[in-house]
Amino acid sequence: MIALDRLSKAFGDLVAVDNVSLSVARGEVLGFLGPNGAGKSTTMKMIAGFLEPSSGNAMVSGFDVVASPVDVKKRIGYLPEGAPTYGDMTPRRFLDFIAQVRGFDGAERSRRVDEVVEKVILGEVMSQPIETLSKGFKRRVGLAQSMLHDPEVLILDEPTDGLDPNQKHHVRGLIQDMAHDKAIIVSTHILEEVEAVCSRAVIIAHGKILADGTPDELIARARNHNAVVVGVTSSGADKAAKTAVAVDGVETVETLSSTNGIDRLRILPKAGAAIVLSVGDAMKAADVDIREIFVEKGALDDVFRDVTMGGDGGQKGGENEHA
Amino acid sequence: MRNTRIIASRELMSYFATPVAYVFIVIFLAFTGALAFYMGGFFNSGRADLVPFFFYHTWLYLLLIPAISMRLWAEERKTGTIELLMTLPVSTTEAVLGKFLAAWLFSGVALALTFPMWITVNYLGDPDNGVIFASYIGSFVMAGAYLAIGSCISALTKNQVIAFIVAAAVCFIFTMSGLELVLNFFRLWAPDLLVDTVSSMSFLTHFRAITKGVIDIRDFIFFGSLIAVFLFANVVAVDAKKGA
Repeated sequence: MIALDRLSKAFGDLVAVDNVSLSVARGEVLGFLGPNGAGKSTTMKMIAGFLEPSSGNAMVSGFDVVASPVDVKKRIGYLPEGAPTYGDMTPRRFLDFIAQVRGFDGAERSRRVDEVVEKVILGEVMSQPIETLSKGFKRRVGLAQSMLHDPEVLILDEPTDGLDPNQKHHVRGLIQDMAHDKAIIVSTHILEEVEAVCSRAVIIAHGKILADGTPDELIARARNHNAVVVGVTSSGADKAAKTAVAVDGVETVETLSSTNGIDRLRILPKAGAAIVLSVGDAMKAADVDIREIFVEKGALDDVFRDVTMGGDGGQKGGENEHA
Repeated sequence: MRNTRIIASRELMSYFATPVAYVFIVIFLAFTGALAFYMGGFFNSGRADLVPFFFYHTWLYLLLIPAISMRLWAEERKTGTIELLMTLPVSTTEAVLGKFLAAWLFSGVALALTFPMWITVNYLGDPDNGVIFASYIGSFVMAGAYLAIGSCISALTKNQVIAFIVAAAVCFIFTMSGLELVLNFFRLWAPDLLVDTVSSMSFLTHFRAITKGVIDIRDFIFFGSLIAVFLFANVVAVDAKKGA
């Protein structure tokens, strides 16, 4: 549904988006991750037809964004960053205007507006000027505008920015409900959001794609993915550490904390190998007094930091690096 | 055309959603009346015509039209709604036309509300209503030309104050270019052809010709083509500056 081919955008000397190639199929929710200024919004603006690419091209539902912008815009729902709306209009007037521009008339128009208003729960503020609404409602008006025509492609630039946790949950639910028959790109820097709604995550920094995979695949890149943390009595800590290092597949052991006579050791595997069973067996064989044991999954935050700060994760790069 | 109409009606609605429209209309009516009576010597001229009334339109427009046009695009760029507007399935030309037509229609409403002047002059005497009608049309077309200039300049900045001042300055140049003051400056060094060109660009010259009853279709064509040129520049400006 969305296909970007070596898409680039330069503002003067500044290269905001650098040779980005990417495709998103129906049913996919792609999470666009990256630090501020990474080129997320610029890429989305190009897909939505607001900015023209400096080179490369972008296709949406088979239409080129430069050659047939209106055909592309008809098929896209776009929520720009900050969800701009006409503040002096009421949500009813505003959505009615959007529905008109989207080509709906008469009964169909009011049906569409009513439907989307119900979805994003705007009913109670329909006749107040948008500029008087809270940030959460403003964002929902913007969201309503983008989904009103039930587009096959949705581009949402930070859809949950500024919402409270309940509203975030609600918006994520909306995105998931729509996911099955649309291609959706969501940009965010809230990493939990990616795990919650996205079927695929792309990390972008300095205009380049640094990582591309399912959230689970990305998490698997975390240094402590599949690491085992064991709590042992302080007296047995040395023995436990020695035993652990000797286990096949263990890279290294580090001490995390020492409280109330319990030492916590983190046993890091080589290349994310599953070591919990063999570590457990070895400990038992060595008669180490284990008080607790659990496996760490790794955090997307760490992967994100690694990849975007050019640390370990960045070098491992992976199959989709476009350096 | 459908999109142009939808955008124009949204735009018009937003004039009346804020006090802008009412303030503008009241001030426009107060000034057109006051200037005609006190400065133009409407009663003292001893003639039943609206020449003193139309005489000041050029100057009023010079000040008031940039006040309408300044927000057309600068505000959209400032608030970011331009990103919303330009990612809806409308072309830039449709958006530019829609906004321009809304502003023009609005200035037309303000102008139409001066109709008591027309009634008064008919009550007092026996004016040439054909000339008055042509003058109204001329005034409307001139307002359109000022608006097109202002709209184009508004697309070049995010700042409404800058849009106002620059538009007023450019409009001033177009208004004044027929006056001896300006022409003498050009005569000092410029060839006759350039002096004639500058002089032919004058709103004052073209508009006064119309109000004096010399109805030449070329005066209307002048304003019409000026509108077309500036709206075209407006489209180019919106496309070039929207992302900045």
